[in-house]
Amino acid sequence: MVNLLMKSKLLWPIVVLVVILLINLIFDPSFFSIDYRNGKLVGSLVDILNRGAPLILISIGMTLVIATKGIDLSVGSVIAMAGAIGAITVTSIDGEGLGPLFIAVGLTLIVSIIVGGWNGILVSRIGVQPIVATLILMVAGRGIAQLITGGQITTVYYDPYQFLGGGYLFALPFSIFIVTFVLLLALFLTRRTSLGLFIEAVGSNPEASRLAGLNSKNIMMMVYMFSGFCAGVGGLILSSNVMSADGNNAGLWFELDAILAVVIGGTSLMGGRFNLMGTLIGALIIQSLTTTIYSIGVPAETNLVIKAVVVLIVCLLQSPEFRRKIFGTDKVNKNRVKKESEGVTLS
Amino acid sequence: MDNAQPRLVMKKIVKEFPGVRALSGVNLTLYPGEVHAIMGENGAGKSTLIKVLTGVYPIDGGAVEYEGKKVIIKSPLEAQLLGISTVYQEVNLCTNLSVTENIFIGREIKKNGKLNWRKMHNQAKKLLEGLQLQIDVTKLLSSYSVAIQQMIAIARALNVSAKVLILDEPTSSLDRDEVNQLFSVIRKLKNEGLAIVFISHFLDQIYEITDRLTVLRNGEYIGEYMTKDIPRMDLVSKMIGKELVEMKKIESLAENKTSLNQSFLSTELLGLQGKIDPFSIQINKGEILGLAGLLGAGRTELARLLFGADQPDKGHIHLKGKQIKFSSPKQAIYEKIGFCSENRKSEGIIPDLTVRENMILVIQGKYGWFRFISKEKQREIADEYISLLNINPANPEQLIENLSGGNQQKVILARWLITNPELLILDEPTRGIDIGAKTEIMKLMTNLSKEGTSILFISSEIEEILRACDRVAVLRDRKLEKEFNNNEELTQQKLMKEMAGGV
Repeated sequence: MVNLLMKSKLLWPIVVLVVILLINLIFDPSFFSIDYRNGKLVGSLVDILNRGAPLILISIGMTLVIATKGIDLSVGSVIAMAGAIGAITVTSIDGEGLGPLFIAVGLTLIVSIIVGGWNGILVSRIGVQPIVATLILMVAGRGIAQLITGGQITTVYYDPYQFLGGGYLFALPFSIFIVTFVLLLALFLTRRTSLGLFIEAVGSNPEASRLAGLNSKNIMMMVYMFSGFCAGVGGLILSSNVMSADGNNAGLWFELDAILAVVIGGTSLMGGRFNLMGTLIGALIIQSLTTTIYSIGVPAETNLVIKAVVVLIVCLLQSPEFRRKIFGTDKVNKNRVKKESEGVTLS
Repeated sequence: MDNAQPRLVMKKIVKEFPGVRALSGVNLTLYPGEVHAIMGENGAGKSTLIKVLTGVYPIDGGAVEYEGKKVIIKSPLEAQLLGISTVYQEVNLCTNLSVTENIFIGREIKKNGKLNWRKMHNQAKKLLEGLQLQIDVTKLLSSYSVAIQQMIAIARALNVSAKVLILDEPTSSLDRDEVNQLFSVIRKLKNEGLAIVFISHFLDQIYEITDRLTVLRNGEYIGEYMTKDIPRMDLVSKMIGKELVEMKKIESLAENKTSLNQSFLSTELLGLQGKIDPFSIQINKGEILGLAGLLGAGRTELARLLFGADQPDKGHIHLKGKQIKFSSPKQAIYEKIGFCSENRKSEGIIPDLTVRENMILVIQGKYGWFRFISKEKQREIADEYISLLNINPANPEQLIENLSGGNQQKVILARWLITNPELLILDEPTRGIDIGAKTEIMKLMTNLSKEGTSILFISSEIEEILRACDRVAVLRDRKLEKEFNNNEELTQQKLMKEMAGGV
């Protein structure tokens, strides 16, 4: 029964994703084909996964933040910062081999977690509203990124750096492995430890959670740090992909895409229950939409409008109110109502 | 005074909500220059009556006469224009605006379309001076204490040349000096001819300030009395609806238990300013200690201090003889204390989670992140407690939101029972649940205490307290008044007398 419920929640996002992919098929009959060339798998689907990696990553972090009734607007700026730190570190360390790469990755991730922790401190210890607290870093982070890069686009000439965002492993882009790893990590932490339960409890009813002995402050701290970590990884991938750091534009508006991905995936902005697989699908919808718009030759300036329309459609489809009005009484909803009325029994 | 023309007469007022008759035939008569109390326990219909009077709800039956004329008040604005002003329980002013802005919000004084600040400041100052308050009206509201904010709320209500002033629980967050200050203002306004409605749970205050009172119970009109003529005992029994004939003591469930007289937890003048006066109390191992008192007497406040939900500013707690400090509920839980809040919805259930998840929350929180209780084990625990407590529907994967109040209460109880507490604080565990579930919970309590668990049982129902408790402590006006052993000599009458105070 739990499976059924999950299905019904993910149903509409999956439908929309499939429809977007099918539209591509009409314009490009070879859309689904994947070729094996020079030891690499090449094709549009692989491309979507590869390009969508940063968005998927920050959406995973965003999901946990939103589950605690918070929001993290700073992820786009953290991407820019992480990219700048990574790129500058590898260029400024002289050295052959993989040494500089590891140092850069390590340093970037540590800084990302620290800035995430900064958000966490503001929200959980000082009591700043999440939207304000993370807005501060959204502004400051981009500023710091610009300071690091000196306002210029810094190009990286150190080859191993390219592996993160552009390298291949077992014929697949390495970024896909990174995403898979982080997703599994998040799933493990939230479903195989009690962290997921605590996050949902704190997001659903903070006062009751406190009285049940949960340390909501630490839990909030933790999700913001994780969100910072995800943005850091995303920033490294993005900057490695283009072998440069752009403090001005890297990760611009990513936070909004990530919030959209989370919402499309069925996690409520009111906190509580969250759905990481839904977020994955949500992020894929947004990425394939962008890819589609470019590949079928819609003028680039209409990109944002089309994106907005599709997001609107997904949100409407997810609203039981709307489905009832358009399709009459639909089955999914009726089941739910029935279940609820069964639940209300007097002892 | 009876010869004077009443300012307001409400006759046979009826108000129905879907499925509930909130008011059935309630009368209220207000005279100018009089403070009138509306008395009743929770759910008696006090606030509904106020809302009907101020036009928040329409009236379903009955008539309202205002200054001799029949009126139908359709909105709060109309009520204000007639001169009926209300100051609600929670000060609903904007703390981020200045005092003047708060007083004039929505009815600013304008000159040629521009705000005339000087005139507003002057008038605000004059109004407050009328209330014996001299403060800087240009400062933000948040820079003043709650008591002063209360005065400002009254000033705002008076600004619309009020003839009837309704004060809903104005003293619930004030300390004694602040109450005195408020009372001198009320007396002054009364002498100026205002008709004042005063709602409060503090009996002492009722006797101090009011001239006349109307008692409601379960939406019904019980009667109108002169305050000075009705003894406290009579008033309380009219409010709770128990006759004063000695009721036969219900067979005690707590049969011959040998109290160990071994202290589990005791306090030494523990207190928190404005919440509860310093109290010393001792809870013994395996004993059920009842906490009786009228609403607002400080029962919940006392319990929250023992659980670390609020921090005391005075006194100490001793646990098994050792002094200890709880800076969060988490620490109290580690010392095997559990607390079921009276606010099941806002402080008990986690609505988005299932029955199973709600049950294991505390024990899992105690274990931490990585000692994860496996799903199978969780199911096992949940199933065990569902059948033990007879929770219906017996589905651990049901969202707790969808359960009835009594079943939600049992889930919360299970949440604590799973942790094997040594002290369980139950704040109104039987409120709003049906009689069957009530009895089950009472039985559970006695069984637990036989096994050595101490229980602090808070209830508004005297019968329940007498039935279950070994000892009873009575609170009144935020003060621990007296403790009784629950034996043959302790009667409902005796308890009620103590709860009412004075006499």
